[in-house]
Amino acid sequence: MSDPGVETAAALRLVACHHCGTTWQGAQDGEACDRCGTRLHARKPDSINRTWAYLVAAAILYLPANLLPVMITKSLLGTQQDTILSGVIYFWVSGAYGLAALIFVASFLVPLFKLTALVLLNITAQRRSSWRQLERAKLYRILEVIGRWSMLDVFVVALLAGLVRIQGFAEITAGVGIAAFGAVVVLTMLASLSFDPRLTWDTGPDALAEEMKMDNEPI
Amino acid sequence: MNDESTRPEPQPPRAAPKVVRRRNWLPSLIWLIPVVAALVGMTLVARILMDRGPEIVLTFKSAEGLEANKTVVRYKDVQIGTVTHIRLATDRSHVRVLVQLKKEASAFTAQDTRFWVVRPRLDTSGISGLGTLLSGAYIGVDAGTSEETSGEFTGLETPPIVTRDDSGRQFLLRARDVGSLDIGSPVYFRRIKVGQVAAYELDPDGHGVTLRVFINAPYEKFVGVNTRFWHASGFDIDLNASGLKVRTQSLITVLIGGIAFQAPDDQNGPVAGENTAFVLASDETTAMKEPDGPSQTMLLYFNQSLRGLSPGAPVDFRGVVIGEVKSIGVEFDRGERAFRMPVVIQVYPDRMRRRSATDPDARISSFQRWQLLVSKGMRAQLRTGNLLTGQVYVAMDFFNDAKPAKLEPNQVPLELPTQPNRLDELQSQVADIARKLNQVPFEEIGADLRKSLASLDKTLNSTEQLARRLNNDVTPEMAAALKDVRQTLRSAEKTIADDAPLQQDLRQTLQEVTRAAGSLRVLTDYLERHPESLIRGKPEDKQK
Repeated sequence: MSDPGVETAAALRLVACHHCGTTWQGAQDGEACDRCGTRLHARKPDSINRTWAYLVAAAILYLPANLLPVMITKSLLGTQQDTILSGVIYFWVSGAYGLAALIFVASFLVPLFKLTALVLLNITAQRRSSWRQLERAKLYRILEVIGRWSMLDVFVVALLAGLVRIQGFAEITAGVGIAAFGAVVVLTMLASLSFDPRLTWDTGPDALAEEMKMDNEPI
Repeated sequence: MNDESTRPEPQPPRAAPKVVRRRNWLPSLIWLIPVVAALVGMTLVARILMDRGPEIVLTFKSAEGLEANKTVVRYKDVQIGTVTHIRLATDRSHVRVLVQLKKEASAFTAQDTRFWVVRPRLDTSGISGLGTLLSGAYIGVDAGTSEETSGEFTGLETPPIVTRDDSGRQFLLRARDVGSLDIGSPVYFRRIKVGQVAAYELDPDGHGVTLRVFINAPYEKFVGVNTRFWHASGFDIDLNASGLKVRTQSLITVLIGGIAFQAPDDQNGPVAGENTAFVLASDETTAMKEPDGPSQTMLLYFNQSLRGLSPGAPVDFRGVVIGEVKSIGVEFDRGERAFRMPVVIQVYPDRMRRRSATDPDARISSFQRWQLLVSKGMRAQLRTGNLLTGQVYVAMDFFNDAKPAKLEPNQVPLELPTQPNRLDELQSQVADIARKLNQVPFEEIGADLRKSLASLDKTLNSTEQLARRLNNDVTPEMAAALKDVRQTLRSAEKTIADDAPLQQDLRQTLQEVTRAAGSLRVLTDYLERHPESLIRGKPEDKQK
């Protein structure tokens, strides 16, 4: 239920090429662009499904990312395995509140926020809901901005593992958790990439699907 | 956009069905990603789950040095688990420590597994756990062997002295008290340290303690059934006819105590089995004595003062201590309306009999034996052991003049007849004499004596005067008289001498007498032959 006064490309039966920007009127979905050869799509093909797939994968890996140790510190005093949250707790308890908050936000809240936000966007898009479309669009923009920060933890661990390697005295190695965490971040980025924000504005049993013969739920 | 879309709706008919087929194929491919993710996640989780063994709960009095997710459980310095949570028990009396064991450590859930916290520790057996100063405390394990498993264990407060992988043997020692022994106190065999005290506990009835000692391999074979154990703590000072002897095991035992063992005459006997119980004697001499065997409690009633008798005083049979006094008291006998003094003694009959007499299948019972002894005149008597301190002991002996007595068979404890003390009688006689002496008027006697002494003094004085007078007057006279006597004697001597005229005359006289006797004999002979001559005269005369 977009504003009645807005004319969409779909309503005008126009399809733009993703690559070179050429617009074609009445082009079939999947047709090749005559200018650059890119396949023409009114929307990103299979966007919702792909987003779902990435989201599910990210959600699955989110658990080991938080439960498994991301960093293994071996020192004279013994071996210590830290998960993301134990690190946060350690920093908080030892008084570094700022650092604790930063890691908590960047490594725990942001991926979680991305996951839930994308799920929300995807569900509403799938149901062609017209609920708070503007806010959903803003949400998507926020997602794109903050997404880059969630790799902070991975960088920290990579840096430490490279720097602290004094044989016999102290050694820091990356745990399995950081791989899962990295995978979560990558998968959420892929999910937000595969999500087509234009779907936010496709509301109601609109003509597009009929006209473009787009299948909403293939599986 | 509009400028670009110059082409007027180009070629609407296109190969649509082909596209549809591709669309159906692609989404199924994209779902491989979550499948892969799920697989990866599941393998990770599976690996963790497979790695993670059973979870157990340990209870400790305090969680000193323990930290969740940091403190590890180690067996032979190999990490087999981690502390995951530390919680206070609901009644706040102890700490519950949750431990996540590793998969390969699941055998450590055997019911008799022991857990303790390894901390730096300084005790009699030395310093231990120094490594934990840096690394922090960890939980030590002694693997159990039980078939049954458990999820809850009570942690030991102190590390066990003996762990199951130590080879050796454990023995039980029964003692009256622990003395200066402690857990970890050494056990010596010929002054070689061969084991240690593993534990001690009070007997349930509180009458003694039981110590567990662990003898390390290969020394456990020196503990035979005949072996005697004794306290080697401190000094053992022995004063006897041969002089003073001070014995110690080693300087360490002087300080911290210890146990020594040996068999009498090195006759170990068969090797003792696990958990064999021995008696822990207070010193070597006691340990090497023949065992006392069962004791018998007996009751004695005395009708005299028990002054000088105290619990612990010896009960003695002709100089051999056969028991000791357990308690003394006062009792009012309603029947006889008199006080009497009960004395409970503990007697080791084995000390009086040879061991063969304790044969269980002996012909007569213990009671019958006592009855026999009593009928032969055996009585208990109080005797003074030490005249200076007045210490009294109970003596058992045979009295021929004792009044006959019978034992009550069913009385517990057995009452043994007693005999009044001779010394006691003597004492009363002496008291009588003293009383009589007391009645003697010593003061008057004294006064008289003084008077007599005064007169005696006078008498003596006059005697002295008399003597002086004698000396002055009589002595010269005496001297003169003696001189006269000497003269007289000298003249007498002259008279008796060989050449004296008296002697000559006497000799002539005697010769005359001899001659006279000869003529007399002739006469008598003649008269015998011629008795008629008395009347008629000589016959020649007739013939004439």
